[in-house]
Amino acid sequence: MQQNERPYVISKRIDGLFIGLKNGFDFFIRFFRELFSNPFEFKEIVRQCYRIGLQSLLLISMTGFITGMVFTKQSRPSLLDFGAESWLPSLVAIAIVRALAPLITSLISAGKVGSSIGAELGSMRVTEQIDAMEVSAVNPFSFLVVTRIIATTITIPILSFYCAFVALMGSFLDVSLNENTNLIAFFEDAFEQITFLDINSALVKAIFYGFTIGMVGAYQGYNATNGTQGVGKAANTAVVTSMFLIFLEEVFIVQITNWFR
Amino acid sequence: MQEKNTKERVIQIKDVYKSFGDLHILKGVNLELFSGENVVVLGRSGTGKSVLIKIISGLLMPDRGIVNVLGRSVPDLNRKQLSELRLDIGFSFQNSALYDSMTVRENLEFPLIRNIKNLSRQEINNSVEKVLESVGLIQTIHQMPSELSGGQRKRIGIARTLIMNPKIMLYDEPTAGLDPITCNEINQLMNDVKDEYNTSSIIITHDLTCAKDTGDRVAMLLDGKFTEAMTFEQLFATQEERIQEFYEYNFIQ
Repeated sequence: MQQNERPYVISKRIDGLFIGLKNGFDFFIRFFRELFSNPFEFKEIVRQCYRIGLQSLLLISMTGFITGMVFTKQSRPSLLDFGAESWLPSLVAIAIVRALAPLITSLISAGKVGSSIGAELGSMRVTEQIDAMEVSAVNPFSFLVVTRIIATTITIPILSFYCAFVALMGSFLDVSLNENTNLIAFFEDAFEQITFLDINSALVKAIFYGFTIGMVGAYQGYNATNGTQGVGKAANTAVVTSMFLIFLEEVFIVQITNWFR
Repeated sequence: MQEKNTKERVIQIKDVYKSFGDLHILKGVNLELFSGENVVVLGRSGTGKSVLIKIISGLLMPDRGIVNVLGRSVPDLNRKQLSELRLDIGFSFQNSALYDSMTVRENLEFPLIRNIKNLSRQEINNSVEKVLESVGLIQTIHQMPSELSGGQRKRIGIARTLIMNPKIMLYDEPTAGLDPITCNEINQLMNDVKDEYNTSSIIITHDLTCAKDTGDRVAMLLDGKFTEAMTFEQLFATQEERIQEFYEYNFIQ
């Protein structure tokens, strides 16, 4: 029985951190292993994509629209000082496509979808529903975890581009209220400075963010302990950790993208 | 005891140890289950009764010892082999563990659809209706688990395991939290399952009425080890103080 008595190497907290990192890495590796194992849960992936998309659509629409509008309002005075008001659509489009849309979408999704995945799987864990799947000879990791991570990885990029479109519509509303312009002219101006690299980097960012939200939410929920308290903790930690990782990824991806400019 | 030796042994637990950190739960447990019998495992909360059936079903691994189920050593099975073995084991959880997001029908279909390919819709419907009739809850087929009472949830949980026609049933506290009349109905259901589906069962409980009504043999978990499994009357005729204490606190007449 001695093998179970593990004294702390440094301290309980620091040991716990390293054990958590190791478990997280194992979970990450397991995802890729299970991704290519049978059965491929196509129906469940579609169901989760639909659910995640629907869950965030209204919030992303509202936030995106307001962000586009506010960003335009705040940028106008500075551009006016330099007599460069005509650059407004381009400036807004660059900011939205390159940074704001993927970031807003992922932060909202981290709060809405990440917490929901953490709480749902956490609740399934503490009420033994995951164990029930396992003893029914169903692979719960493949059915619950892999499907949700794939769904967020697919859905967040789609929502990001949708958010960019809605934000540009918000910007157009503000521009059209102050200047004599039409939708086509606005979008022509807006996309004048947008390059293929901008779209690609936004797509790559959104894919990484989506994967992170799914992975962190699923990890926290799947490994929840301590009853209902553990469910709350799983949801909360899922949001905080995924937001932190999203900002960290933002720094790296922007840096890498800049090397190609 | 003579009859038991002529029957096939479906579960053999020998010298099994299990600890969680410094907490030593099972300290050399031995138990055998023969085909067609119900063995009741009694014991106070926290003595490791549930841990034992989780070890049998492969949800937990023992630190050491022999766990043979239907002739296969559970700790030595890979994931695929364990899944195959689990098709023969029904596990009824203490809190039923019904899938909250699915209706009763979907709960019952879930293991069937995922484990048996190429079933027609008619065959699936027939199987679902048959097990629901066995547990007397056909009228709940379209309901969500949240709409069911505690007793109904237990019955649906049992039905979900029966749909795969298991050879072994593991019941974890089947009567916990239920009123005496519903407890009696669940006890009756467990006996019916044994007769109708020809199962062998391990029933984890601290309810002596349940033990008396359902157990062919009863064993008690004390200090991480089992007393010898015997009939209910034989067990409580022993002079072991803790067994007597357990009996008295259950107010059984």
